[in-house]
Amino acid sequence: MLKNWFYQAQKGYYNYKMIGIVNYGAGNIFSLTAALERQNIAYGMVNTEADLEKYSHIIIPGVGHAGAAMKKLEQTGLVNAIKALKKPVLGICVGMQLITQHSEEGNANLLNIIPLNTKLFDKELGIKIPHMGWNTVEFKNNLLFKDVPVDTQFYFVHSYFIEYNPTFDIAAVNYGNKFSAAIQKDNFYGVQFHPEKSGEAGERLLKNFSNLSS
Amino acid sequence: MLSKRIIPCLDVKDGRTVKGINFVDLRDAGDPVELAAQYAKQGADELVFLDITATHERRKTMIEMVKSVAKQLNIPFTIGGGITEIADAEALLNAGADKISINSAAVKNPQLIEDLAKTFGVQFVVLAVDTKHINGKNIVHLNGGRLITELETENWIKRAEDLGAGEILLTSMDHDGTKQGFDCDLLGKINKMINIPIIASGGAGKTEHFTEVFQKAGVDAALAASVFHYGEILIPDLKQELKRNNIPIRI
Repeated sequence: MLKNWFYQAQKGYYNYKMIGIVNYGAGNIFSLTAALERQNIAYGMVNTEADLEKYSHIIIPGVGHAGAAMKKLEQTGLVNAIKALKKPVLGICVGMQLITQHSEEGNANLLNIIPLNTKLFDKELGIKIPHMGWNTVEFKNNLLFKDVPVDTQFYFVHSYFIEYNPTFDIAAVNYGNKFSAAIQKDNFYGVQFHPEKSGEAGERLLKNFSNLSS
Repeated sequence: MLSKRIIPCLDVKDGRTVKGINFVDLRDAGDPVELAAQYAKQGADELVFLDITATHERRKTMIEMVKSVAKQLNIPFTIGGGITEIADAEALLNAGADKISINSAAVKNPQLIEDLAKTFGVQFVVLAVDTKHINGKNIVHLNGGRLITELETENWIKRAEDLGAGEILLTSMDHDGTKQGFDCDLLGKINKMINIPIIASGGAGKTEHFTEVFQKAGVDAALAASVFHYGEILIPDLKQELKRNNIPIRI
């Protein structure tokens, strides 16, 4: 906590570029904050609606169960404020799934910022679940993937996926079937893989996100 | 396409890595952070740290090490050794570990697998199994192979999958240390039996052994220690070799 305050103090309250991480208790964020620190990207924690105003960019992290994560997010009272955000927002893994309409995991209604469904991988396709490891991402020409080499692999670990929809897809991946590795609608972005665990390309992506204009 | 993973395993004692001497650029082979960074740079897909510390101070030392590693490392890593309860796992998760591996504690208390999976998700729980052929059967062993159990390896792994293990790390005690190759027969058999990823361990001596275990057994990842630590196999060379053999790999 002290360190976050130090970052805030050092970079200044009105600093243009500072990432706010929604702190709702779904998974550990140590690796994420470490990756941001390695990229010299300032960050702080979002606990209240007022906190959302302090930052230029917002990240919704998340590991584990989407339904449980949604309940935790609801308990923060931040749902409506997040939906109304106009600044760049990045959901990571379950944080990305929360941006969609519905998840089969816990049959949960989610934020519905992007009208897509989060589904369980089909065992019958002869694939192992979870989808765990490095997979090639076919990304579109999007600022989030600026300077990321073609055919780059990112690190995935998940049992539920976001259905492919060309309208919102900015990166696709194949595992059993084709699904979205990254999505975007307006200022809302989501990545299914873990940029904080995806080597240099992942760090590049976090940097790119921090450079998106509000 | 999902890549096959190459995983160096590092033994840790009192917060220091105990193997690893042959890296030219390495100033301190006992420093887990520096060693981990070297492996990441070489192209390792993931790392496993196995804590072999026996002292009471182990937990605190390990947490500090995990934090230091997580601060610097940009690939996933697993921590194993001495995890017996939810609180151990939670402390490691909060320190930045991506997965934990459990072995003896799960055999003694299978419920631990389910509890961990429910609390942290299946992706967090790796079940490590040490197995040995005895009278035509595969039998689970504990304490690095010194202690025999009554469990048949196939049954135990199947049960662990049902309980919520997210991945299996299978070490063949018969092959471990021989450098004669992985136990492809057993690994292939287990691989067909389960629907979660499996990491092959025990027996790696040369690059061909990795090609073989991916082609014959179809495993998802292969782990080794000494061949990497002593520079007998270099990860970039290994990956080129695998690529030449059309095995999906991250270069």
